[in-house]
Amino acid sequence: MKADHPDAVPIAGGTDLMVELNFDRRRPARLLDVSRLSALRNWRREDGTVFLGAGVPYSAIVRDLGAFTPLVQASRTVGSPQIRNRGTVGGNLGTGSPAGDALPVLAAYDAEVVLGKAGAIRTVPWRQFLVGPKKTAIAPDELILGARWRITRGPGSFSKVGPRNAMVIAIASVCLVLDEERREIRVALGSVGPTVLRASEAETHAAGALVNAGAWDDPQTPLPPEALEEFARGVAAAARPIDDVRGTSAYRRHVCGILARRALTWALQDRRSGPGRDHPGPPRQDRAC
Amino acid sequence: MLIRAKINGEWRTAEVWPGASLLFMLREHLALAGAKNACEQGECGSCSVWLDGELVCACLVLAAQAQDREVRTVEALGDSSGLHPVQEAFVEAGAVQCGFCTPGLIVAVADLLGRVPSPDESTVREALSGNLCRCTGYAKILDAVRIASARLRAGAP
Repeated sequence: MKADHPDAVPIAGGTDLMVELNFDRRRPARLLDVSRLSALRNWRREDGTVFLGAGVPYSAIVRDLGAFTPLVQASRTVGSPQIRNRGTVGGNLGTGSPAGDALPVLAAYDAEVVLGKAGAIRTVPWRQFLVGPKKTAIAPDELILGARWRITRGPGSFSKVGPRNAMVIAIASVCLVLDEERREIRVALGSVGPTVLRASEAETHAAGALVNAGAWDDPQTPLPPEALEEFARGVAAAARPIDDVRGTSAYRRHVCGILARRALTWALQDRRSGPGRDHPGPPRQDRAC
Repeated sequence: MLIRAKINGEWRTAEVWPGASLLFMLREHLALAGAKNACEQGECGSCSVWLDGELVCACLVLAAQAQDREVRTVEALGDSSGLHPVQEAFVEAGAVQCGFCTPGLIVAVADLLGRVPSPDESTVREALSGNLCRCTGYAKILDAVRIASARLRAGAP
């Protein structure tokens, strides 16, 4: 149907698109209601990966995908209960705003975006999909089917800064995933650049610091404090923020360093204490990311 | 386009502009003015209704998305001859000032207490985080939730 009507704008939860309609900012010739497509409302594990349908609402992610801690943490910060009952990861992807809360998580997971059109499916790495502020690589005859990522073992978190605990568009957000198998630390930043960004240099340095400390093999081995500080500085340096109504560029960069230091501290504490032990980090359901 | 939905237990139809929201259909076509039209962007919760049992902002639902679905509005909760326990609690606690946010809050509180009969304060605050009130300062709304919770658990009507 989308191939027959490439001008049709897909609508799922409507939490972005309805605002544009209500405010007369957009008058699409056609709307395509994808909220009833059951294929988009499912998620499943397959071959060591997980596929998350574009139409799974954030409240369902919070309820059902507890094993994916950073994703659940990000989903809990989306809007309000009313918004989480409607809003979807597909909407975050389709809108392509660097402030979309699920996007840093997908970037830290190194997810790929699954796109479908009549008779064909293609997958695009997140980096090639999110090409600019509210710009994506989707073709007019395609629909977003969902996102897929490799299930990794290890701790991770999502944190976000804004003026209150609900209905907040992030001033800055950080998602960190520690991948025990590949011995990688992956960090993605939201709301501090034209798209979601990865702090690649800081990631490599931090993973190297864990190697040097012997911490990959022994979770009890601490990371030297200067390595943690270098990581925070490196993540802050990777941000490409602007000044806008929500915050200044300098503040955003500062926040990235703070959130990054906290996120790595939490991840290392998680590894030390093992599952089920108290730690000062954000709530977490499971060790898998 | 012609939309047919089950509204408060009754199948209703309305001829709406295809880009119209469920809120517009309820208020302007079906004369159900309980859900309020305020921010039109999902910020304020004044238009909270249930769509197939889920709490949503009616302003963010396309009317066409309600086709063949069940919608419940604040009008389903009580009327002048018999208030819903949540409505009674709002009156008792003095949780109403200008009243504009009240229908949305009543719906959100009824939704919460339907799922969590004895919520702690942080659960209440989280559940009501999508409903803005510019008059009360929320303290009396929280009082009302406590009253309603106790009354519903005691099995009062």
